[in-house]
Amino acid sequence: MTNHYYDAADLGKFGSIGEYQKDLADKFFAWYGAAFADSALSAKEKSLIALAVAHAVQCPYCIDAYSSDAYEKGWNEAQMMEAVHIAAAIKGGAALVHGVQMMNKVKEIAM
Amino acid sequence: MKSLKAQGNILADAHEQLDILEHGVNHDDAFRLVPFQQKLEAIGLFPLKPVAIDVFQVNIGKMCNQVCRHCHVDAGPDRKEIMTRKTMYQCLEVLQKDVSFKTVDLTGGAPEMNPDFRWFVEEIRKLGKHIIVRCNLTIILANKKYHDLPLFFKQHAIEVVSSLPYFTRNRTDRQRGDGVFEDSIKALQMLNEVGYGKENSGLLLNLVYNPAGAFLPPSQANLEKEYKEALMKEYGISFNNLFAITNLPISRYLDYLLQSGNYEKYMEKLITAFNPSAAANVMCRNTLSVGWDGFMYDCDFNQMLDLKIDAPGKHIAAYQAADIKNRSIVLNQHCYGCTAGAGSSCGGAVTT
Repeated sequence: MTNHYYDAADLGKFGSIGEYQKDLADKFFAWYGAAFADSALSAKEKSLIALAVAHAVQCPYCIDAYSSDAYEKGWNEAQMMEAVHIAAAIKGGAALVHGVQMMNKVKEIAM
Repeated sequence: MKSLKAQGNILADAHEQLDILEHGVNHDDAFRLVPFQQKLEAIGLFPLKPVAIDVFQVNIGKMCNQVCRHCHVDAGPDRKEIMTRKTMYQCLEVLQKDVSFKTVDLTGGAPEMNPDFRWFVEEIRKLGKHIIVRCNLTIILANKKYHDLPLFFKQHAIEVVSSLPYFTRNRTDRQRGDGVFEDSIKALQMLNEVGYGKENSGLLLNLVYNPAGAFLPPSQANLEKEYKEALMKEYGISFNNLFAITNLPISRYLDYLLQSGNYEKYMEKLITAFNPSAAANVMCRNTLSVGWDGFMYDCDFNQMLDLKIDAPGKHIAAYQAADIKNRSIVLNQHCYGCTAGAGSSCGGAVTT
């Protein structure tokens, strides 16, 4: 067992995730590939969405992969940072909007 | 910025580059890559043999008005190597005798800076060959004497292939130098004015995309669509095709990879992306590359690594068609660059 939870080299091993359950992994990768292909949205647009989501779910592997992928596909630094701000805004907003629930509860119990 | 040669950089020596490619940065074998030859053996392509050789590529000089950060030639204003008319005559003799060469691809440096460039073009046209000139665009504006190049290209039905690393200023100038984007746009407009890149004009204007950094090119077809839309919308520029070319880990790009700490990751990326279909279609199988001094190579990259052809006569003066057609192509670790992803050649991706 390693003494740390994240290792950049593990990203390169993602393809071997099927070692313990090939059928499910094959299905995941086939679906993943199809989801990211050019379709109603372009692969380039999907890459920027993936970059934002990677920050929202705070996955260092995904951030690593989609920072490279989005830049390769032609997004520039400012556009990528704006996508990160959108992820942050949604995360921040998601926390803040629960404040209404808090307010509702307080109003329910307060005199 | 100076060339590696003018800087006295050890990477100006081809042997040093080959040593790094074969034995890793520290020369201690800690980072050994799977030999490219093994990859070809596994798919039954070794030894790699030529197919129909129809492209005669000539590097007529390393002199250039630009000093691009990724340049595999290490070209620049301080490079004085230039093809002489005597060597050009030797090339013309081969082109006259060997009718299998349909296309002559002129490159550099900035090929237009060779004082015999125009004469050479005219002589090649007399032989009825299709001519490609790899024009860096800014040369057209660099000096008054080059302003008429678009017309000269048109008069000789030359196919113009020009690097434009991206359709935005920032990425282009970062790779090719400040002001290059603006001058490139002006030059493209001048080429459009004489008919280049216009529908039904028959005047081909193709652009080249090189990744501005340590990554592979994205889909060539998608990129072409984006370039066309952006250049038309912003600058009213039209062109024919976009060629997406992978940067090979040699010369100035190798220096960038080493300086930025990206060398090992980039090589791993190339190897992971090895594509057998691309390997079957690499450009060295239909090309002969001639250096400024007349020596023959399998491709422009082998030329820069001083890996001469594996044939008895290595100079154009000793050209023997049978030897060239039966030779085995010389391979090394940089060849991974042409076989990664969709593959890469002077004409862009080699698979769809």
